[in-house]
Amino acid sequence: MGNIPETGRTRKITGRLLVLQVLVLSLLGTLGGRLWYLQIRNGASYEQQASSNHIRTVVVPAVRGEILDANGVPLATNTTKLVVSVSRTSLIGQKDGGVAVLTRLGQVLGMSAQQVEDKVRLCDAKTPAPCWNGSPYQPIPVTQTATTQQAMQIMERQEDFPGVTATPAAVRTYPAPDKANAAQILGYLSPVTQDEINAATDSGGKSSLSPSDQVGRAGLEFQYDKYLRGANGTSNLEVDNLGRVIGTAGGDAAVPGDSVVTSLDARIQAISEQQLQQAMVTLRKTYDPVTHENFKADSGAVVVMNVHTGAIIAMASAPTYDPNIWSGGISAKDYAALNSTSSDYPMLNRAIQGQSAPGSTFKVVSTTGALNAGYGFDSTFPCTSSMTIGGRVFKNFEGENFGAINLSKALEVSCDTVFYNIAYQQWMKDGGTKPKNPKDWLYKTAHQFGLGALTGVDLPGEVKGRVPDRQWHVDYYDAMKDIWCQQAKTETDAYLKAIATEDCADFATLRAGDEVNYAIGQGDTLVTPIQMARIYSALANGGTLYQPELAKAIVSPGGKDVQAVKPVVQGHLPDTPKMINYIDQATANVITSGTAAWKFGGWPQDKIQLHAKTGTAEVVGKQTTSWFDTYTKDYAIVMTISQGGTGSGGSGPAVRNIYNALYGIQADNSIDPGKAIHPPAQNQLPTFHADGTVTSPVDYTVQLPSLASTPQQQAPVLPALDIAALAPERRADGWQA
Amino acid sequence: MAGLTSPSWSAPRYKPRRDGMARLLERDSPFRRMDWILVLAALALSGIGSLLVWSATRSRVEINHGDPQYFLVRHLVNLAIGIGLCTGVVLLGHHRLRTAVPFIYGLSILGVLAVLSPLGSTVNGAHSWIVLGGGFSMQPSEFCKISIILICATILSARVDAGEMQRPNTRSILQALGLAAVPIGIVLMMPDLGSTMVMVVIILGLLLASGASTRWLGGLALVGAIGATAVVKLHILKQYQIARFAAFADPTLDPAGVGYNTAQARIAIGSGGLLGKGLFHGTQTTGQFVPEQQTDFVFTVAGEELGFVGGMVIIGLLGVILWRACRIAREATDLYSTVLAAGVVTWFAFQGFENIGMTLGIMPVAGIPLPFVSYGGSSMFAIWIGIGLLQSVKIQRSMAG
Repeated sequence: MGNIPETGRTRKITGRLLVLQVLVLSLLGTLGGRLWYLQIRNGASYEQQASSNHIRTVVVPAVRGEILDANGVPLATNTTKLVVSVSRTSLIGQKDGGVAVLTRLGQVLGMSAQQVEDKVRLCDAKTPAPCWNGSPYQPIPVTQTATTQQAMQIMERQEDFPGVTATPAAVRTYPAPDKANAAQILGYLSPVTQDEINAATDSGGKSSLSPSDQVGRAGLEFQYDKYLRGANGTSNLEVDNLGRVIGTAGGDAAVPGDSVVTSLDARIQAISEQQLQQAMVTLRKTYDPVTHENFKADSGAVVVMNVHTGAIIAMASAPTYDPNIWSGGISAKDYAALNSTSSDYPMLNRAIQGQSAPGSTFKVVSTTGALNAGYGFDSTFPCTSSMTIGGRVFKNFEGENFGAINLSKALEVSCDTVFYNIAYQQWMKDGGTKPKNPKDWLYKTAHQFGLGALTGVDLPGEVKGRVPDRQWHVDYYDAMKDIWCQQAKTETDAYLKAIATEDCADFATLRAGDEVNYAIGQGDTLVTPIQMARIYSALANGGTLYQPELAKAIVSPGGKDVQAVKPVVQGHLPDTPKMINYIDQATANVITSGTAAWKFGGWPQDKIQLHAKTGTAEVVGKQTTSWFDTYTKDYAIVMTISQGGTGSGGSGPAVRNIYNALYGIQADNSIDPGKAIHPPAQNQLPTFHADGTVTSPVDYTVQLPSLASTPQQQAPVLPALDIAALAPERRADGWQA
Repeated sequence: MAGLTSPSWSAPRYKPRRDGMARLLERDSPFRRMDWILVLAALALSGIGSLLVWSATRSRVEINHGDPQYFLVRHLVNLAIGIGLCTGVVLLGHHRLRTAVPFIYGLSILGVLAVLSPLGSTVNGAHSWIVLGGGFSMQPSEFCKISIILICATILSARVDAGEMQRPNTRSILQALGLAAVPIGIVLMMPDLGSTMVMVVIILGLLLASGASTRWLGGLALVGAIGATAVVKLHILKQYQIARFAAFADPTLDPAGVGYNTAQARIAIGSGGLLGKGLFHGTQTTGQFVPEQQTDFVFTVAGEELGFVGGMVIIGLLGVILWRACRIAREATDLYSTVLAAGVVTWFAFQGFENIGMTLGIMPVAGIPLPFVSYGGSSMFAIWIGIGLLQSVKIQRSMAG
């Protein structure tokens, strides 16, 4: 304005006021600059801090895929159970930290307040189980087995139970359709460990596993875990400064896991399990004249395989257990029981993890070896009742003298001395104790039959058995000689001392007795039932070794995406078609006139040609292992029972009953095709619908044949065995894990 | 107007003095001569403030008694009362107010003393409240700022306006400082460091505008600096107290206390970006991450929800108010009016700068409200009385001219 003030206004004051104005405006300018710096220049970084400030991401668990049988019947599925969960963030907000609510909840659920509190506490290094390993923002399950009434009590009186919810949630169950328990095949789930979470963490620091996840620990649940698990989703919760949830901010939906369609047929699986169990129960009531007590029949296994694909239709292992004990967390008591000696380790799948000497079922390998070594189809060998080699007497199992017979007859009547003879001749030919470029036909053939190696079945923990060839003798001697040589000095038992002394001296060399025992599937040979099923399937299909497979297809939810699992050819038997024919004939004769004939009276061999080989394997200090390996043009069934006597006696009726079910053979041995259970073909899959339901490719109304009507013959008294006449067996480890 | 143009009436020679409405609308009427830009800016700022207070308290059930509009309604009522007080001051006129200054001063001393008595209560660590009952409470220190401005302006200008001297002499200055020191000392004992800081700065502004010798200004600044250094060097303040003071610059010094506020305020504002997340859509505001968000930290709501643009509008409106107020001070015809207006300018400017600056992390955290915007009756009343004083200066200058 510049007007001259009337009083008191000097230029000085005007100047001072300008200074004030400049000061004031520069202060405001400073604020503007700082605001620009925070919001525009560094805005992005603060935005990130803001979202980590108020967003808490919780895991939305993916629904695990199902494991289905070939007809789409679920073997492992998820059922809806009422899960009562507690929200920690809500408890924190309560005046007493939620003590009153947890106490009330305990009363409703029949638990003590302490038990409830333990379940909802967070895990840390010092907290013993039970504790919650997941995100504190996630509702913590207190029980998965609430009754409807308990759930109603909680949900109707929400004012008494703030932060407590009762919601239906998916819990893994094993419904055992037709009582097909298949525990060892299916496996089980248990909570993930921190190491596994770390291992599943990608470079970006995100783990595909979250601490509250369950992962497959055995069987198919383990093998196909990656597919079954799906992908967890996330839910972004908005929280306030006290961690209370005030809203949601989107997230990713969980992707349900894929289902695995197996080649198992729940009906055959059920029958196989039931027959195995029945055979063992029967044996336990049967007197063993060798050991002068009843058979112990402690464990056993059966494999039913499709000979044209290697697909496993049924696989049973005994003893077994109920896999549902794993659902919702196994109790300490149940877990201890599963792993105790008294329960005989029911988690072992003895079809792939049990190994024992194959006994005479091995003779199809020896026969092929002999034919390849140059013996003719009609070459004859004396089937004497015993044979002396190197001053030791090797007895024929049956003790019977059949005179001069060919290989076919030797297979049929399971004449040991014929194979002793061949083995001894081969051993001599290969140079005896001073081998020179040994051909080792018998050992080579075993390897060609896939023994001593994993079959590659799609289950974890398979063992590979053992072919006790020259290399193994060298390796094993190196490992054991100190023990043997020590034993040779200190052993008091004369028999064991003699053997120890002998082994200490020359185990590294393949001795005549070793190869002779080996030729009849004794000695140090070890095989698994799955290996034998693959061999007998190959004999049935003309010589192709297929990889044993349980999975048929992996199907995405709703059936949109189907990954078929194709049969895998792993190799071919070293047999010409003529040789296979030759063996086929001999094994068919086993049913009609050979070692299994006494259990297969009336079998409609003209309609369904059945082939079999029996085996009775010696185990030192135990009763004999029963082996029964069979095949038709469709199926191969191998059954073995530890301490179960002879092959045909122990396992024959059970195997026959499984065939009866597969082919619809009635009690009077007539065939009713309408009652046959045909597992669906390899390319036949159940139909998956968008709503998650599955329909079967076959008519599933077929009644299971009445098992009681099949003849249950009393196992006969077995011929006596001269154990001392057999080679040292102490290293045949019996059932091994 | 109607009276003027009515043809059925013979035009009176002199306008009827009692026709209030017409008087107000007269070209030279005090009503027309008011600084309406200033009033509109103040109203706009108060309006924005009511929205921000609403947004900050909508979901705070523990303080809003379950009514999302609880604070909005009260903020608007406070505003209305404030505007009423403003009108009263304008009608009374600041010159007439001068005669009542000793009375006002005495009342404010009693007010701050009452806070120290059992009548006072502590809110957020500051023992600066008097609870009046019925849900009402007041902060006498807010009114104390006005009484300091009035008494200092009166004393500093008295002999100059009387024409006795060119500028206030040492005696008047010491008198003014002495009288101001009493309420400041009481407020410091509450302890209400924020208000003390504002009052000290107001005194510097008053001295600056009164034309007091530069030596006085420099001397006071020097004393302040020496005092601050002594406080630190002589360990009068404990290490944690210094850390708490410095936490505005480095939140890690006091992460659970002031540092938390500072860090959360910066996150809230910084995440707003250019245009903000939209009113009522601020995640940090809804999540109540910033404490005291409706009062001292109300600017964080603007920063988060209205963004850089909204924040600049608030700073800009404050700028308009201060620019107009500076103009009023410059155009005032006597030193009393000048010093009075300059005091109000300093008060608004420093309080605004300190408040916004602390939310932005460039000023230490102190519990003082943002003029017009923060929730709080005492503050709102005092601020609008300040506006009334400015308008009064404006009108009377024009009347005199």
